[in-house]
Amino acid sequence: MKKVGNHNSILRKLLFSLSLTVVFSLTSIAQEAAAPAAEEAPAAQSGGDAAKGKELFNANCAACHKLDAKSTGPALRGVIERHDAAWLYKWVHNSSELIASGDAAAVKIFEEYNKVPMTHFPQLSTGDIDNIIAYTSEPKAEPAAAPGGQVAVAGASQDSGISNTVILGALALVMVMLVVMLFLVNNVLRKVASANGIEVAAKEAKLPIWKAFVKNQFLVLVSAIFLLLASGYFVYGFLMQVGIDQNYEPIQPIHFSHRIHAGDNEINCKYCHSAARVSKNSGIPSLNVCMNCHKNISEVAETTATPEYSKAFYDEQIQKLYTAVGWDKNSQSYTGKTQPVKWVRIHNLPDFVYFNHSQHVTVAGIECQKCHGPVETFEIQKQFAPLTMGWCIDCHRKTDVKMEGNAYYEKIHAELSKKYGVEKLTAAQMGGLECGKCHY
Amino acid sequence: MSSNKKYWKSVEELDENSSIVEALRNNEFVEEIPTDEFLGNEALASSSTSRRDFLKYVGFSTAAVTLAACEGPVNKSIPYVLQPEQIIPGVADYYATTVFDGFDFANILVKTREGRPIKIENNTIEGARFSANARVHASVLSLYDSLRLKEPKISGKDASWSEVDAKIKASLADAKTKNGQVVLLTSTIASPSTAKLIADFASKNPNFKHVTYDAVSSSEALDAFESVYGERALVDYDFSKSSLIVSVGADFLGDWQGGGYDAGYAQGRIPRNGKMSRHFQFESNMTLSGAAADKRISLTTFAQKQALVQIYNIVVGASVDVKLDAAVKSEVVKAAQQLKAAGSKGVLVSGLDDKNAQLLVLAINNALSSEAFSTAGTRQIRKGSNAVVAQLLADMKAGGVHTLLMNGVNPVYTLADSEAFVSGLKKVTTSVSFAIREDETASLSTIAAPVPHYLEAWGDVEITKGTYSLMQPTIRPIFNTKQFEEVLMSLNGTAGSYYDYVKSNAASVIGLASWNKVLHDGLFVAGSTALSAGAVDYTAAANAVAASKPVSGMELVLYTKTGMGDGQQANNPWLQEFPDPLTRVSWDNYVTVSNADAKKIGLTNEIVANGGLNGSYATVTVNGIKLENVPVIVQPGQAVGTVGMAVGYGRKAALKEEMAVGVNAYALYKNFNNVQSVVVEAAGGEHEFACVQGQKTLMGRGDIIKETTLEVFNTKDAEHWNEQPMVSLDHKEVEATSVDLWDSFDRSTGHHFNLSIDLNACTGCGACVIACHAENNVPVVGKSEVRRSRDMHWLRIDRYYSADATFAEDVERKENIAGLSSSLSTFNEMENAADNPQVAFQPVMCQHCNHAPCETVCPVAATSHGRQGQNHMAYNRCVGTRYCANNCPYKVRRFNWFLYNKNSEFDYHMNDDLGRMVLNPDVNVRSRGVMEKCSMCIQMTQLTILTAKREGRTVKSDEFQTACSAACSSGAMVFGDVNNKESDVAQLAESERMYHLLEHVGTKPNVFYHVKVRNI
Repeated sequence: MKKVGNHNSILRKLLFSLSLTVVFSLTSIAQEAAAPAAEEAPAAQSGGDAAKGKELFNANCAACHKLDAKSTGPALRGVIERHDAAWLYKWVHNSSELIASGDAAAVKIFEEYNKVPMTHFPQLSTGDIDNIIAYTSEPKAEPAAAPGGQVAVAGASQDSGISNTVILGALALVMVMLVVMLFLVNNVLRKVASANGIEVAAKEAKLPIWKAFVKNQFLVLVSAIFLLLASGYFVYGFLMQVGIDQNYEPIQPIHFSHRIHAGDNEINCKYCHSAARVSKNSGIPSLNVCMNCHKNISEVAETTATPEYSKAFYDEQIQKLYTAVGWDKNSQSYTGKTQPVKWVRIHNLPDFVYFNHSQHVTVAGIECQKCHGPVETFEIQKQFAPLTMGWCIDCHRKTDVKMEGNAYYEKIHAELSKKYGVEKLTAAQMGGLECGKCHY
Repeated sequence: MSSNKKYWKSVEELDENSSIVEALRNNEFVEEIPTDEFLGNEALASSSTSRRDFLKYVGFSTAAVTLAACEGPVNKSIPYVLQPEQIIPGVADYYATTVFDGFDFANILVKTREGRPIKIENNTIEGARFSANARVHASVLSLYDSLRLKEPKISGKDASWSEVDAKIKASLADAKTKNGQVVLLTSTIASPSTAKLIADFASKNPNFKHVTYDAVSSSEALDAFESVYGERALVDYDFSKSSLIVSVGADFLGDWQGGGYDAGYAQGRIPRNGKMSRHFQFESNMTLSGAAADKRISLTTFAQKQALVQIYNIVVGASVDVKLDAAVKSEVVKAAQQLKAAGSKGVLVSGLDDKNAQLLVLAINNALSSEAFSTAGTRQIRKGSNAVVAQLLADMKAGGVHTLLMNGVNPVYTLADSEAFVSGLKKVTTSVSFAIREDETASLSTIAAPVPHYLEAWGDVEITKGTYSLMQPTIRPIFNTKQFEEVLMSLNGTAGSYYDYVKSNAASVIGLASWNKVLHDGLFVAGSTALSAGAVDYTAAANAVAASKPVSGMELVLYTKTGMGDGQQANNPWLQEFPDPLTRVSWDNYVTVSNADAKKIGLTNEIVANGGLNGSYATVTVNGIKLENVPVIVQPGQAVGTVGMAVGYGRKAALKEEMAVGVNAYALYKNFNNVQSVVVEAAGGEHEFACVQGQKTLMGRGDIIKETTLEVFNTKDAEHWNEQPMVSLDHKEVEATSVDLWDSFDRSTGHHFNLSIDLNACTGCGACVIACHAENNVPVVGKSEVRRSRDMHWLRIDRYYSADATFAEDVERKENIAGLSSSLSTFNEMENAADNPQVAFQPVMCQHCNHAPCETVCPVAATSHGRQGQNHMAYNRCVGTRYCANNCPYKVRRFNWFLYNKNSEFDYHMNDDLGRMVLNPDVNVRSRGVMEKCSMCIQMTQLTILTAKREGRTVKSDEFQTACSAACSSGAMVFGDVNNKESDVAQLAESERMYHLLEHVGTKPNVFYHVKVRNI
């Protein structure tokens, strides 16, 4: 049994990791300081103001145009190289007129993009258009290489200034040095003492502790009972978690990030999970719902990427969606070849439980997060609640039923609140603990 | 002190010289154990797996399996790529449609979940008059029949539709050049669009004939009506307008002329203001109508004809000679006089297969100017002509038919002269069978063309003239099927789909009404006018009927069973397991014999030790056709001298082995006459029936079915005819309901569900039983399990016969018992039903007792009571002790003795992927070892509540429904919230006729019954 020196090795590892933390924390701090320097001032090219142009572009054009990819309309980067400014003014102000006039270039674009006329923007002045042109003329930003990627990952702290860890680390170091110093001092003193002929009292040979323990039968009994109880507790705990999939976080065929959708973009849960309002199922959104937005969003913004997941990674996921739904990004049309996505189901209630989302979402007005957790922060969706009966019952006992403004509850509320002498009624008082309400 | 006794084990031991003793001293056994027999196998000796290894493997695999069991399976969820707008997963959609399969018809709503039809409901929109019967309710399961014809077949080999089209076209062209006859043999076509297509087809094929063939013919009635009114149709009677109904051999509550008369009939049967209709029934077999009648007289069909003439004599004032017994005659005269007195409030119907008799029916109803009898809005659902079918058989025999197209018929099975048809079929150059299954006919045809189920098809139906109903698909075709009409269109060269065709035709019918509205409603009522009668010599008809001769020997009266009908859905396990309302036998047909005849022939029925019913076998011979080993049921009420037998059984093709039960009685349906001269002889052996009710009579226990007469009901106080049970408390007689072990809860808050069952309105039709099956995923257990009383029906309809002539006499006899010996003998006698008994039906499901005996004995609290009155059953808690079932006084709890799903031992619909598509996703599929019972459709009541909550409104007064109450077209079952005083059920609960089943037990049930009132 290679168990000897276990403690020492643990201590050593602790020390090692501590020192490592200290070192890397310092490095990451240094890095952050360097980061702002990497940002470059945008280069202004033409007469327009690119910054204003960006604003205008995002407000007016981005719904149908992208800088570097085809969307409803053509990619706009470097559009000034393809058409002269005067033409562009006309086109933007009233494209239909230009097409009707038989302008060859205009007709060509009109034909190419499925004869979808571009919205007229008479409100944009030529100056505005110049600004937009300036913005579209900016060179494509090269994707910034992640500087010292690995270090960034390892760096635990991103806080500004000196982190707590560093302080603690320094203190620990001081302590260790103190201990070492004491040890050394002790040694020196002993040496001095022996050199001076002073006798240090030898320790009495004591009974080894384990023998003493065995001799004390009461202690043996108590510890046996304690051990039995403790192991019983853990065995019970183990058995009770069989079949409970809290924190179940399977890998999905498409890496769908709720953080991006519900968090960053604040899309309402029920926009995609619309069935939750009327049905027992919350419904996994069908792919046509995804395409409501993703028809135009074929790639994520630079800022969406995280150290863990790069932009390329996310773009690949969107491409997976396109493949599944059969969307050809280049021709902006459906091919008709679909591959339904086989999601891994996370929340699985047993068949003998009836649960209805609409009862909780629409009638009770409960936030989705109450049961599903802070989904808007989840990069990967997981099961937040244990979904055990005890968990359900607990909530039914504590939660007051939302009755205001619902004519259904008027009579029963009046009767029950009189009966129980309370103003608010819990789901349990409404009969929410009866077996048959969920099991049939 | 030691004993010197010598103990010995055998006598041998005493013999010192015995070699055996010596051998035993050294060896355990005298002889060498022949281990070589099992160890001599060389292969075993050289095997590398030793016993120890084997144990290791066992240990390892057990441990591995145990460990693996700790991890949950990975479930996949696959959403739509493009979700249809109207489908929300988890929410049911309803589509109005119409069914007409050549036999059954109804205006229905189809409940679909995630695009799968899972249940049939009645369409209750105004104008929709035909509710679904048990077979229509079960038809949704036939959609998922795994033995459906999946691909077109030419000469038994899979083919494509284009090949089929090409082959039919070639054959038609060939027929044209050779001037061969092209025949279209169909069941009755009630679809205007199909009729138009056929007319078009006729115009394109010169030598064409359309033959309409009903497996169960109404030809004589059609002929009679046609000769008087010039239209080949049937009268659609409205029994709600009659106060006196006389039926001569017509089972109008069953399948007579299509059936569907329950609702109108039941309306008049509920006593209101001291009045209810009176019903006389003259019949030979015991039928649902006979069971419901106030006065039932069992007669042979010969006597029925005489009775009909007698009634004609009295009502019309004619004087045709009749040959009737004096006793019978006085009954007939009584009925006839009352009929005449009722005048326009009276109606007479007859099921006699005789044109002249049917003419008399028209004459009598016209003479009465009966309100129930109207020639406006005639029934179009039977058109078949016996003569034309006979002509076709002759043509086929002569080889004159070149191409035969068949749709919706199975003549090889349903024709009496099946052999003639089969040999004729061989002479036909090309025969095409458009069939849903590869049935007896399709398998013998050149081309077997799969057609979709009605739930996958478009169409229009005119059930009654002037009411135009639409049929719409509720699921995409499951198999490679093509509608018969689509093929006709392609043969006619009509462009477009059949949907377009129906839609364009509809325009001329529905006028300005929108197509979408009609499709949504399911029907459009255009109305129709009464027909004018032509001159007919009724006296001659009466003379002809009176002069008819009795058949020699016994009469065989063929009928259709409530469960099976004409036998189209023989592969439907719900219908096979459905117990016949009268005999309570499932999974069989049989010959019904009267008690007197049974004794004469030597036929018996007996209950054997395991509780199953055994019956003798008989050999049934009609005109040389012999059916061997037909099981016998001794049927109370069967007219002496007659036997009954149901068609629709004995199918052989396209059905699972378990469903191949019964004998084919179509073989005896000679000349489409349901009455035949028959010889019944006893044969050896005993048949094991799957009968769900052994007890025939109530033995005078008048508190189970309370019954009274209209006279008593009208003249006396409720305590006389709805007696409250009394018990002795402190030596005083008090009402049983006032004494209780338990405290009562306050049930005035919230909903409190009650189910009302009116025994007057219940006709025993069984639609509720099948609806319950479909709604609650009730498993099918099979014949042998039903025989062991392990049927799973949550809702049963008990049928009781009276032991004396009436139930009232039963009660009287029981109360007059004095002394033990008299009680033994009297009760023994009372176990047997009378020869012509009164009959009562009583639907029994869980009574949802407020003080439930089952709840108190459950050791694990798996069954408990809800505040809304429902007795809950938590399957996941149940450990299967069955204490609850033992303690239930109503015997309504059902135990899952086996796993009935995904188990090849129970190869019914729950054992295949297709059949499981019918399961209701809102209701648990129970596993083995679990008790189950009626939940009062808690999934439906909860959904109704949730819908109201979501819409922020109170529940409407009659919004609550259960599967059974929604299916009940006669209005016998009414469900609702008694705390809502405006609801029907709250008013019914206050009725004086209300009583609880076994009230003296003190269970305080939430199901209550209404005293049956007979109008005699």
